[in-house]
Amino acid sequence: MNDLSLLTLRTLLDRQEGSILADWLHSLERLESLAGRSGGGGLDGQARRFLASLKRALTTGATDPRGPGFADLRDVLAEISSSQAQQGFSPGETATFVFSVKQPILLGLSAAPDADPGRLADVSWELSQLIDQLGIFTFEVFQKTREDIILRQQREIADLSTPVVKLWDQVLALPLIGTLDSERTQVVMENLLQSIVDEGADIAIIDITGVPTVDTLVAQHLLKTVAAARLMGADCIVSGIRPHIAQTMVHLGVELNVISKASLADAFAVALARTGKVVVAQKAKA
Amino acid sequence: MDRIPILKLGYALLVTIQVDMHDRLALALEEDLTAKIVSAGARGVLIDISGLEIVDSFIGRMLDNIAAVSRMLDADTVVVGMRPAVAITLVELGLSLTGVKTALNVERGMQLIHGRLIGVEADDGDVDD
Repeated sequence: MNDLSLLTLRTLLDRQEGSILADWLHSLERLESLAGRSGGGGLDGQARRFLASLKRALTTGATDPRGPGFADLRDVLAEISSSQAQQGFSPGETATFVFSVKQPILLGLSAAPDADPGRLADVSWELSQLIDQLGIFTFEVFQKTREDIILRQQREIADLSTPVVKLWDQVLALPLIGTLDSERTQVVMENLLQSIVDEGADIAIIDITGVPTVDTLVAQHLLKTVAAARLMGADCIVSGIRPHIAQTMVHLGVELNVISKASLADAFAVALARTGKVVVAQKAKA
Repeated sequence: MDRIPILKLGYALLVTIQVDMHDRLALALEEDLTAKIVSAGARGVLIDISGLEIVDSFIGRMLDNIAAVSRMLDADTVVVGMRPAVAITLVELGLSLTGVKTALNVERGMQLIHGRLIGVEADDGDVDD
């Protein structure tokens, strides 16, 4: 943005902030009723703060919407974006909120008595670019907020879905639910190894009943976990391999070079036998 | 130069690694241990790495080498007390130490070696306990 346009915009905002704000609020109201939203919602307060900090940013002579001069305005926008998101506005509506400031400002520009058509075109182009950038910025903020939420949920799911259960003295079970990607394998592995240390386990049963598909990658992750557990001095048994998964694995040429059992019960029986324990039926009372 | 002490416990040798291994130390250990297995007539080697926080591929290979050498001299190698982080690192490095026996701690490792010895000695008709 060149200095001349900057100056024009600044003087316009200085002189006509009130009428621009009124126009803007008027068009916002129309947009709101179009979208079927109830009025209020703090929109006029947000509009007022936006205009005020836009004026401040222009006063500092800053021209780059991503530069330090606009930091304050960006903060205001981020706040507006997140508060609108909380009220259930879509990101498009939030961006429209910012875009809709163009019209009142342009009207104000063309209504100026000394308006020169050539310069007016320049200024409106610059203004348009500036507002577009700011609108895109609200979009980015919205998206980032969403991504943070998704990340947090991913972590929670990862924590929830990898419990290590103690079945008996020195026997642990690890029921896996859902697909095993490399990130989850890492979490699973760490949990299992730490539990092996904590419980002094000899045998760990990895139950894959809840794993929907086993491809070469998942098998590789399983084998890694088994190898790591072995390094800690614990034997692994893989259980809960469903018939069609067994078939797929054989067709894929995946070989699990570990003890594998069809069900957790079978694996547990092996584990008990290994640790020198037997399950006997209680004698019927006479 | 620093050397890692090798303790003799009956038929077994016990090595406890409590410092960070560097390559020269690892090589010295391999050499000392081989000599000691022969001179002490050891049937088992326990390597306690519970104090080891960092491993690299060289240390991993050294463990594999020691196991191979002692197997040749008819002694079992048991690596005990590996930390979870170390285990994960070794697996990620592609070193799963297939030739090495492992146990959770020194006690279990001793049991493992003892179990083998009792089997061997029973064959010789000479059980000491």
